Amino acid sequence: MKAYFTRAYTISASHRLHTDSLSADENRTTFGKCNNPHGHGHNYRIEVTVGGQIDPATGMVINMATLDAVVHQQVVARFDHMNLNLDPLFANQVSTTENLSIAIFNLLQPALEPAILEKVRIEETENNFFEYSGAEH
Amino acid sequence: MILLTRRATFSASHYYWNPDWSEEQNQVVFGRCANRNGHGHNYTLEVTVTGPVSPLSGFVVDLKWLKDVIEREVLDVYDHRHLNHEVPEFATLIPTTENIAVSIWKRLEAPVTAAGGAQLSRIRVYETGDIFAEYRGE
Repeated sequence: MKAYFTRAYTISASHRLHTDSLSADENRTTFGKCNNPHGHGHNYRIEVTVGGQIDPATGMVINMATLDAVVHQQVVARFDHMNLNLDPLFANQVSTTENLSIAIFNLLQPALEPAILEKVRIEETENNFFEYSGAEH
Repeated sequence: MILLTRRATFSASHYYWNPDWSEEQNQVVFGRCANRNGHGHNYTLEVTVTGPVSPLSGFVVDLKWLKDVIEREVLDVYDHRHLNHEVPEFATLIPTTENIAVSIWKRLEAPVTAAGGAQLSRIRVYETGDIFAEYRGE
């Protein structure tokens, strides 16, 4: 029996949507307030979903302590109370939440093995959220 | 096809314990959840059904009927109970959120199917606002 287990984590981080491949005017037109040169921030709510068979010995798809340790090491320690634009992952791409979702999925997927990462869903605000389920989806 | 979800809540106590393991191993794997005096949660249950929309009623299922089925099959058995001691399936099954989701599916699948028209699509159980498990009958 396959089940899915999801745990949410919160990080607070700043960012600025900007690309050097556009002019200053084009950046302002494209990104609006998000292009403010001094940046701004969010409380990001990151939902991490793992799928798999329920282990009969534990009743679990994954032990939450294991999941917590991996997410804290790979994601929370790296991004919480940081400026996303200064992370090497965003040296050459805009720090949108779409790109953050993909980056976090790609950080977590190998670190969680043999558990199977199914989805990363990030709420940038309570009205904006983004999902990524891997390249094959 | 439309997906239709009905939400319900129940409050229950439980603990995690594998009787084949030593006390020490239970503590290592389950941590504070292995406290055999139990602890509790306010669970939120989301029951999702799928099916065609009836041209007569405009419904996939009658939500009042679905509410009554959830109350009879799940809430009357789980709400304000100790899952380990008072709910039959957890006499031999650890009442993790994953197993609760599967057990609720098993309780609801037959009555939903028997009513005709809709199929059970997903059971999602929130243990807290930040933790939930899903079972889709796979």
